[in-house]
Amino acid sequence: MISPDLAPMLWQGLRETAYMVGVATLLSAVGGLLVGVLLVLTDRGGLLAARPLNALLGLVVNVGRSLPFIILLVAIIPFTRALVGTTIGTTAAIVPLTVSAIPFYARIVEAAVREVGRDVIDAARAMGASRSQIIFKLLLREARPGLVAGLTITVVALIGYSAMAGVVGGGGLGDLALRYGYQRFEDDVMIGTVVLLVVVVQLVQMLGDLVARRLSHR
Amino acid sequence: MIRIDGLRKTFRGRGHPVTAVDGVDLHVREGEVFGVVGRSGAGKSTLLRCVNLLERPDEGRVVVDGVELSALREDRLRRARQGIGMVHQHFALLSSRTAAGNVEFALEVMGVPRRERAARVAELLDLVGLSDRAGAYPAQLSGGQKQRVGIARALAGRPRVLLSDEATSALDPETTGAILTLLRDLTRRLGLTILLITHEMDVVKRLCDSVAVMREGRFVESGPVADLIARPGSELARDLFPLGPVPALPETVLLDVTLAGRTADETVVSTLSRRYDLDVRIVGGAVEQLAAGRAGRLRLAVPGTPDRVEPAVRGLREAGLAVEVAR
Repeated sequence: MISPDLAPMLWQGLRETAYMVGVATLLSAVGGLLVGVLLVLTDRGGLLAARPLNALLGLVVNVGRSLPFIILLVAIIPFTRALVGTTIGTTAAIVPLTVSAIPFYARIVEAAVREVGRDVIDAARAMGASRSQIIFKLLLREARPGLVAGLTITVVALIGYSAMAGVVGGGGLGDLALRYGYQRFEDDVMIGTVVLLVVVVQLVQMLGDLVARRLSHR
Repeated sequence: MIRIDGLRKTFRGRGHPVTAVDGVDLHVREGEVFGVVGRSGAGKSTLLRCVNLLERPDEGRVVVDGVELSALREDRLRRARQGIGMVHQHFALLSSRTAAGNVEFALEVMGVPRRERAARVAELLDLVGLSDRAGAYPAQLSGGQKQRVGIARALAGRPRVLLSDEATSALDPETTGAILTLLRDLTRRLGLTILLITHEMDVVKRLCDSVAVMREGRFVESGPVADLIARPGSELARDLFPLGPVPALPETVLLDVTLAGRTADETVVSTLSRRYDLDVRIVGGAVEQLAAGRAGRLRLAVPGTPDRVEPAVRGLREAGLAVEVAR
């Protein structure tokens, strides 16, 4: 039997998920780009070679990557409180989501930027390009297809992580499925959320693939 | 136009240090095409990269067009590099930009205002004969077309000096020929000075006025092509005109004669037969029209003993020819 509340509940959950994942994506895109590019630039032989900084950055990223999300969520509660003034609710969930996605995306950014050939960078240097020209006009632009593909992966991962946001009262589709579908055996809610999540992930992936393909001229 | 004194560059990696350039002096005159040849690992590439300071030399001075680049700080160096074009073996084009976009990239880097760029891009693509492919991405271009884009890009800053890093090594022989013709043509039209590195003897034959042979970081011979070839025992002559293994011919003396420079048109065969009364057979060799003038090597078989042939060899040498008795 399908409850009459199902559609409004799903709509509410979808909006909460979209809000959490949307804001977290924006923030982690910026953060991940910054950290990922710095990982490449500060590496040995990079444009801003600085080994100690590179090692430190790598360590921080690895720590972030190795913590399971559910533990990170709880562990950074004091940080979340300091940042947004509350530890519960949808907005509070955005903080751990972002903290977890930045190192995730940073590694993808690092790999995409490293793909830009040494010879192209040398060519730009030989033309008299400055470091900032090489970073913004060359590295980030040449890496665009990989950056977009990586961001798609990050969004999908964030949708997955956001299912755990219920722990801090973040709501969203995953929370809905857990509370109503799993704990109260309301199969219609469970099936509804699962179908909706599959559709959302599918759409995100298709959009990401489309943009990446448009940008790629290899 | 390019002057290098006492250049040294050592790489200290994780393994033991490798001295790639070990004391090189080089002078390229204005309007000249100067080739550095040698096997891979000889240090050619490092030498070239030291000219525009992509690698900073450990020792030595680099002066290009009157500016001592090796003494410049980063910001001044960037400006100076804009006046030195560079062409790369694997083209080094931006895959995200079209042919026109790649040329425009160089103009953007140099700070050319947007409204002036389009006309300049069109002019540069026209110069290399690629106007019809302006909107194509590198992935849609052939190797030769990509290198034409690379050359147009290198010329964007109206350089007086062009550095070429194995520009034709990734191309098939026919395309190589077309690119070499283009470079030769551009040198004349734009008054360019070219320093190139290559391992292809065809490039030396078709383009170079002067050559240096590099081995283990040092120049083993260097100078104008014709002078080098004419020098007895020249490695360059042997590489340009290989004569192959010495054939087994009983009671015959084999003479390897080099023709170059002022001896290029010596009538060697008739001199041997008329003046020294010898029967001469040509068993190998080639004479070609090089960029630096006609030159070649001939392997002549003369029946008789070395004693019998000796006066003739002395006579040819007195006339200025490099003659080696192969057997």
